[in-house]
Amino acid sequence: MSLTKIRPSPPPLEARKDLPIRPKLSLWSRIKRDKLLLFFALPGIALLLTFQYIPLLGNVIAFQDYQPFLGIMHSRWSGFDNFSVIFNGDPAFLNALKNTLIITALQAVFVFPAPILIALLLNSLLSNRIRQIVQSILYLPHFLSWVIVVAVFQQILGGSGMINNYLRANGHDPISIIGNSELFTTVITSQVIWKDTGWATILFLAALAQIDRSLYEASAVDGASRWMQTWHITLPGLRSIIILLFILKLGDSLTVGFEQLVLQQQAVGLGVSEVLDTYVFNNGIIGGAWGVAAAVGLVKGVVGVVLVLLANKLAHFFGEEGVYKS
Amino acid sequence: MSRKIIDGMPAPAMGTRLLKGFILLLICAVVIVPFIGIISTSVASPEQVNKAGGFVLFPDSVQWSAYASVLSGGVVTRSLFVSAGITVVGTLLSLTVTSMLGWALSRRSMVGNKFMIMLVLFSLLFTPGMIPTYLMVKQLGMLDSYWALIVPTMVSGFNVIVMRSFFSGIPAELIDAARMDGAGEWQIFRRIALPLSKAVMAVIGLFYAVGYWNSFFNAMLYLSDSAKWPLQLVLRTYVVNGTQLGEADLGALDAVLPPEPSIQMAILVIAIVPILLVYPFLQKHFAKGVMTGAVKG
Repeated sequence: MSLTKIRPSPPPLEARKDLPIRPKLSLWSRIKRDKLLLFFALPGIALLLTFQYIPLLGNVIAFQDYQPFLGIMHSRWSGFDNFSVIFNGDPAFLNALKNTLIITALQAVFVFPAPILIALLLNSLLSNRIRQIVQSILYLPHFLSWVIVVAVFQQILGGSGMINNYLRANGHDPISIIGNSELFTTVITSQVIWKDTGWATILFLAALAQIDRSLYEASAVDGASRWMQTWHITLPGLRSIIILLFILKLGDSLTVGFEQLVLQQQAVGLGVSEVLDTYVFNNGIIGGAWGVAAAVGLVKGVVGVVLVLLANKLAHFFGEEGVYKS
Repeated sequence: MSRKIIDGMPAPAMGTRLLKGFILLLICAVVIVPFIGIISTSVASPEQVNKAGGFVLFPDSVQWSAYASVLSGGVVTRSLFVSAGITVVGTLLSLTVTSMLGWALSRRSMVGNKFMIMLVLFSLLFTPGMIPTYLMVKQLGMLDSYWALIVPTMVSGFNVIVMRSFFSGIPAELIDAARMDGAGEWQIFRRIALPLSKAVMAVIGLFYAVGYWNSFFNAMLYLSDSAKWPLQLVLRTYVVNGTQLGEADLGALDAVLPPEPSIQMAILVIAIVPILLVYPFLQKHFAKGVMTGAVKG
């Protein structure tokens, strides 16, 4: 086809993006002018509306005694009845909340710093080739599904896994790790570290590469050791990215590895493995308590948004840009 | 100054370097050894697997009987086709819709452009929650249909933003020149934008593909008919939950079934291999994108 074919009328100047749109062009004629672009945008926007925005409105069932056969339109309104599990402290709900907070805290302490340490280690390597090989190896688990990661952990730490086979072969008693409810939080924290630490180093490595090399040279001339350089140059250089990622983590603190936990609940029981997301799933979709589940999900979502906004404020307080500026 | 300066830093002492090497080796081993064990167990001889009580790290011989039995028809073979189909169809649809929306949003003169960008950005902040999404899928009659695994996750707002910022980087002069030559919007998209965006399309396509291939929860949520299960759900049932695969679930083979651990590990390997196959491409493109700033040299 021909790009060279001359159109009878050249496109109007208004269509050029570097010029301001003239106000006299009516909305309808602008829609007509952009009809092809609007057609391009249509499927994506329609999908976002259908699966992001309209379901957002579907949260009204949190205020209903929702019955699937009646639907949203005909179910009875029940005010805040569904929220009583939250406000009156239903034990199952409190247990889920407690586990969520414990797991989040563990992740903030053990999962969050891990990639920073590994990034520092990788950054201090002298050989680029070794660094690239190590990176290739460490990024890989990020692309495996949770089903695979859980299966891999079972094969290594489970009852007939590698470690217990080794113990048995050498005349020791096997140790119970997988399926042991006391070790459950340890196991799932290790799984997150194993799966995502390598991948998470990317952002820190990118930030490390931004640090001005001349700072190191100047400090070396002044006799700084490598440790002093790390403390006074490298870590301050990572400050912004650390704060940014910590904010995002904080905003997400009520969301802890849903797929990961659903896969492993059977073995250890709900006592240690029920978190807010699995509570919503188990009560709503499995248990049929739609309204209560939606209420818990709604509160969790709202608190999540509030947490992001608060954390962002906190970042501004520390003189950082945060996720966005108002 | 007693020590040599390399790249602005004093050269590390020999002891520190050895310690570092050791730590790195240990970390890499923690990632790699499980994979070696899984592959080894899947190909080890039945006698060795039975003697070891399950997991084998170094196989005495290589046998493909576990693969033959799961791939010769039956549950695993069928789920493999389901997963492959969903991944291919889903990725193509996702790429089409994402690039079209990204392109429209990169054309700042388009009517409603700002509003649509806000729509995409806010979708990243608010997630509607599991129950309303489930009810929506149910309302649309997609329960127990493969579309439930594709349509709800077809557009990722994040990928749309990435596409948009890539398209926005195409020089306006190029687009204007094409328009002066009489090209319409469609031709500009197809002949200028798409050819320029091969690399970014490849990356986004791979991320979508990995997502579809790995998705397990949507299948668990929306598909109650086990005949429609994708591979990840089969993996959960027979490997994570340890349900035995009977002869009826496997292809018709005359030989004796290989031991359970070998079969389980063969399924696991089958689920991992596609990821390993696309991994070098993913790697290559990080090197171009995110990592360009990160590799010093």
